[in-house]
Amino acid sequence: MSETATNPTDGVIAVDGTPLKRKLARALFRSRVRAFGLVVPLLLMIILAFLVPIIVFLTQAVYNNSFERYMPSVSPMLAAWDAESEPTEEMFAALAADLVITKNNKNIGKVATRVNRELSGTRSLFTKSARKAKKLEAPFKEALIDVDKKWANIATWQAMKISEKSLTPAYLANAVDLNYEADGSYTVKDEDRRIHIKLFLRTLQISIFVTLAGVILGYPVAFLLSTLPVRTSNLLLILVLLPFWTSLLVRTTAWIAVLQGQGVLNDLFVVFGLAADDDRFSLIYNKTGTLISMTHILLPFMILPLYSVMKTIPVSYVRAAKSMGATNWTAFWRVYFPQTIPGIGAGGILVFILAISFYITPALVGGQNGTMISNFIDFHMRSSLNWSLAAAMGMVLLVIVLFFYWLYDRIVGIDNMKLG
Amino acid sequence: MREIFCADDLGEFGLNAATSGSAFVEFDRVQKSYDGEVLVVKDLNLAMPKGEFLTMLGPSGSGKTTCLMMLAGFETATHGEIRLDGREINNIPPHKRGIGMVFQNYALFPHMTVAENLSFPLEVRKMGKSEREAKVKHALDMVQMGEFGNRRPAQLSGGQQQRVALARALVFDPELVLMDEPLGALDKQLREHMQYEIKALHDRLGITVVYVTHDQSEALTMSDRVAVFNDGVIQQLAPPEDLYERPDNSFVAQFIGENNKLTGKIIGRNNDKVQVSLADGSSIEALAVNCGGEGEETLMSIRPERVVLGDDTAQNATKAKVLELIYLGDHIRCRMNVHGNEDFIVKVANSAGHTHLKKGEETTISWLPEDCRALDI
Repeated sequence: MSETATNPTDGVIAVDGTPLKRKLARALFRSRVRAFGLVVPLLLMIILAFLVPIIVFLTQAVYNNSFERYMPSVSPMLAAWDAESEPTEEMFAALAADLVITKNNKNIGKVATRVNRELSGTRSLFTKSARKAKKLEAPFKEALIDVDKKWANIATWQAMKISEKSLTPAYLANAVDLNYEADGSYTVKDEDRRIHIKLFLRTLQISIFVTLAGVILGYPVAFLLSTLPVRTSNLLLILVLLPFWTSLLVRTTAWIAVLQGQGVLNDLFVVFGLAADDDRFSLIYNKTGTLISMTHILLPFMILPLYSVMKTIPVSYVRAAKSMGATNWTAFWRVYFPQTIPGIGAGGILVFILAISFYITPALVGGQNGTMISNFIDFHMRSSLNWSLAAAMGMVLLVIVLFFYWLYDRIVGIDNMKLG
Repeated sequence: MREIFCADDLGEFGLNAATSGSAFVEFDRVQKSYDGEVLVVKDLNLAMPKGEFLTMLGPSGSGKTTCLMMLAGFETATHGEIRLDGREINNIPPHKRGIGMVFQNYALFPHMTVAENLSFPLEVRKMGKSEREAKVKHALDMVQMGEFGNRRPAQLSGGQQQRVALARALVFDPELVLMDEPLGALDKQLREHMQYEIKALHDRLGITVVYVTHDQSEALTMSDRVAVFNDGVIQQLAPPEDLYERPDNSFVAQFIGENNKLTGKIIGRNNDKVQVSLADGSSIEALAVNCGGEGEETLMSIRPERVVLGDDTAQNATKAKVLELIYLGDHIRCRMNVHGNEDFIVKVANSAGHTHLKKGEETTISWLPEDCRALDI
């Protein structure tokens, strides 16, 4: 509070001799405390229910200690190993000892899952070996190889070396289609396994398309709304807002009814002879379906900021331009349009950020080539249970959004954004 | 030109000139309605010679701004013809009319610098870069804003923005410039200063100006002629001094300057004078301007500064009781009860040896019959 007060000999002094700044801070202290008190409940909720879980979850993208924690003897040896030479008898002995412990405290599944992420097929190797580990006798190297020949394979040990590192870039590398090797280098995945980059690009492509379509479709509507008399424009604004009162799920399923093979739109095409009855357009369960329904669902987010910006532009600007000899088009393009850029920016960034993480709609209407990155994150969260990879993909998505935000700030300037 | 078109030649509503065909700007029986039910402008006839500074003055909703917008081309006339330099312009879009315009809130484009703002009308006219720059510089110098070319409008004060707006309306050399309450947003001192500057620019450039305002002192200061609007009709079109000293009807008398009202019944007429009987039983003589015949009610208007104090023998002399005195420096405002009107104001000049009045005192006041104008009620 009083830290701001400079040397009393420098600052302005109040009547009673204390520095004016300290005096002012004291006077404002109570109102500041009260203002902070009003914010506290929401702040706590955000921190506890939002920030902390997100941070905890995102750390999984780079941190997984299930190997290091449950295999305490072999882990330091793996860390010291050069990943090329033949594993020593000592390492086999430590492994056998760890397997006995993990088997007893039932953590073998976690360890097996972790290594299996790095080298598929190792899951059963671990569970099988753990079952027999108690009966093994020295020399452990031969004994373990006797249980399964895979223990002689150096790749198994390399996978273990990668798993041993709790703080690992392996998941992030995976999220961008790279392999993190045991020796610390990165290699590009085989072509048929490179799916994430393609998915990120498709997500970006869909988001950009939806944003552009939103500007093109929303701009004239917002313009109309801003020029009509208040009573008419309020009525139309309600129509724009109407979708907000309907559940997202309902709106998406409505699009299924409209766009599907035997749907309303295709029936109309057939009636008007635009499509053959046995050769209907496939408008849904593909990228087209995702694009159409997402554009519709996100359109209000474009119209509202545009409308609120256009509403504040007095008609006299365009009139002034015309009085100076500008044609309708010149007056629009040189005078009106530049003043609506803050609205386009606000609506654009809003729609883009919502679109890039859209989930339900692509899941329902996306089919094979219309799904987005969020659907994959969901897949890893609920089906493959690879939470670390899900977290890594989420982190990449976050970085992309922040990058576009930065780009927007550089080009348009965030101060120019106007939401209302 | 202006001498030919003095008020007397033009007649009360400029009707004579409207049909003369030699006017620069002409409204011919123009009507305007927005909703098809109410006429905002009722049968407007107006003719302006080249180089005139004409002000449309009136309360809000009187139709003056609508008239200006019709002239600029932003509103279409429901009926009638608008002519510019002899050419009908009803169907010419605004950008082809070549009329400069200054808007109420200046309408300077916020995303352009001052110089770009001024350059805009020249660019749309496809003028070369060097010529543009020269013209922009000249126009900015004209309003003493030469050093502000690279600033944005938001970085300027209200008065500076006003100058830039003026320069922008003049930079493409229009012959006609319209101004829609251009000084409304400025403080009093700056407004008065700008009035002189605009007037000086008008005189120097010889442009024709149509100026809209609701501020009567502004209208009187700047204009060659003033058109007083009310209820969609021009109540009087006359030079400022005529408007003030010889109002045609009670609206103009009330609207322009301060004014004392006395109502009564006409009991006799003698050439241009009428004898009016007042409610308190007394009768006074007044100049018949716009009143009915014998037996009809009339409203008489007397300017506060035309009332003379203390002359018992004068015509129209009457007793008056002092109710309130307000000291205003150069004069003293005195509210009196005269012929039963308790809001009768007399201005007593604060000159050497002026009559010192006291509150509650009874004195005698009088005025010349010529200064008491009998008007419509």
